Amino acid sequence: MLLIPCPWCGARDEAEFRCGGESHIARPDPDTADDATWAAYLFDRDNVKGVGFERWLHRHGCGRWFNVARDTVTHEIRAVYAMTDPRPEIAP
Amino acid sequence: MPRSTYSALSLLRRGLGRHRGWTPAWRHPDPKPRYAAIVVGGGGHGLATAYYLAKTHGLTDVAVLEKGWLGGGNTGRNTTVVRSNYYFPESGRLYDLALRLYEGLPRELDFNIMLSQRGMLMLAHSHHDMEFARRTANAIRRNGIDCDLLDRDDIARRLPLLDMSETARFPVLGGYRQARGGIARHDAVAWAYARGADRLGVDILQNCEVQGFLIEAGHIAGVETSRGRIRADRVGLAAAGHSGVLAAKAGFRLPITSYALQAFVSEPVKPTLDEVVLSPATGVYVSQSDKGELVVGGGLDLHPSYSQRGNLPTAENVLSGLVGMFPAFANLRLMRSWGGIVDVVADSSPIIGPAPVDGLYLNCAWGTGGFKAIPAGGTLLAHLMATGEQHPVAQPFGLERFRRGALIDEAAASGIPH
Repeated sequence: MLLIPCPWCGARDEAEFRCGGESHIARPDPDTADDATWAAYLFDRDNVKGVGFERWLHRHGCGRWFNVARDTVTHEIRAVYAMTDPRPEIAP
Repeated sequence: MPRSTYSALSLLRRGLGRHRGWTPAWRHPDPKPRYAAIVVGGGGHGLATAYYLAKTHGLTDVAVLEKGWLGGGNTGRNTTVVRSNYYFPESGRLYDLALRLYEGLPRELDFNIMLSQRGMLMLAHSHHDMEFARRTANAIRRNGIDCDLLDRDDIARRLPLLDMSETARFPVLGGYRQARGGIARHDAVAWAYARGADRLGVDILQNCEVQGFLIEAGHIAGVETSRGRIRADRVGLAAAGHSGVLAAKAGFRLPITSYALQAFVSEPVKPTLDEVVLSPATGVYVSQSDKGELVVGGGLDLHPSYSQRGNLPTAENVLSGLVGMFPAFANLRLMRSWGGIVDVVADSSPIIGPAPVDGLYLNCAWGTGGFKAIPAGGTLLAHLMATGEQHPVAQPFGLERFRRGALIDEAAASGIPH
């Protein structure tokens, strides 16, 4: 069971949250992007083994989104930061 | 090395000889500096690929590279279910190819994979489920695959321990069943293909982790491994949940996210369940092994993971669903639980086809349903590696479907984890 530190509610059980997948994916301009660019935006993922950057929603709590840097092997949460913050520097 | 065949007579003879003189089922060679083709991943799909490269295409100068031990990934971690009850015709052709090959495998490979076609039953818990079941069953039959719609009484007769009472937590209205579905011994499938490939001259290299790719002028030229550099101008990847890690080393990305999928085994009991049962409402699937253990699976863990163990919320969810369906199973103790890393894509259909690097080929994205597809995955990747052309069955499953928007959305069509 992960204990996830929601920035607004504090540490809560994993079951209260929903993982929204990889963060920091920039949407290309739909008017100019070709099919390959658009498909890469929709589907391709870094799917990192190690520290990855994810969006999480406190679904059964405050209902707010935030970013989490989490190790996908140990599940250790390395950082929690706002949706609009840039990707933090984290040693592997 | 002497090559024995397996039979009741050979077992009896060895038994009378106090089981001395069994020989290894495959060799442990050192890597050669070059092969005609390399398959990365010594699970079912990789070993089957090597076997069919040698058997069907006469390409025997082949190495299978496995970073750990043979069949130690998802091939040894699944719930052993085989079936081909898929909604879309493309999927039906693919998974039924696998099931038909499974049916002939024991004879072809001289290995008892303990294939037991006891039937695969999908439950319907509401009128909506029942409509969905009728639609799916008709689609499966139109794919040319056996499937029967069952009513409530049929289910009650087949599953005496299922809670069908008025107060049942998950009321059951009916379901559909593929009689040819069932289970097979997962380890035996890996071992059978390994032995078959080895006999045809394939080198199986264990403890040989791929750490990088040699790419010369845009074409694959070999791999860097923990046992040195091995050259080949054709490389197939069959690495399931770790496909994305390998893709990153080769310089491209895949539309895959890796999750842990858990499975559970109970203590062995006398025969109580002679079907594979799946409930779309609980996401739980359960069967009883020949040893008497209940083998239980459910949905994915709640977040991406490369840790081959499960998280508690999903375990609780799966087991409470199981007990809700079969209250008697609450008396059982679990012997083991574990996780495998599965490669999930948006449409829950596999990727079989060329990678963005020339000479590199993909067999991945089977997600939670790779075991049942092993013979087909091997056949299709071998065809691609040997001929450079997609097999007609694999045609719809190339990586380009994501760019074209031609998804084969079994995730939505089946409404179940697979």
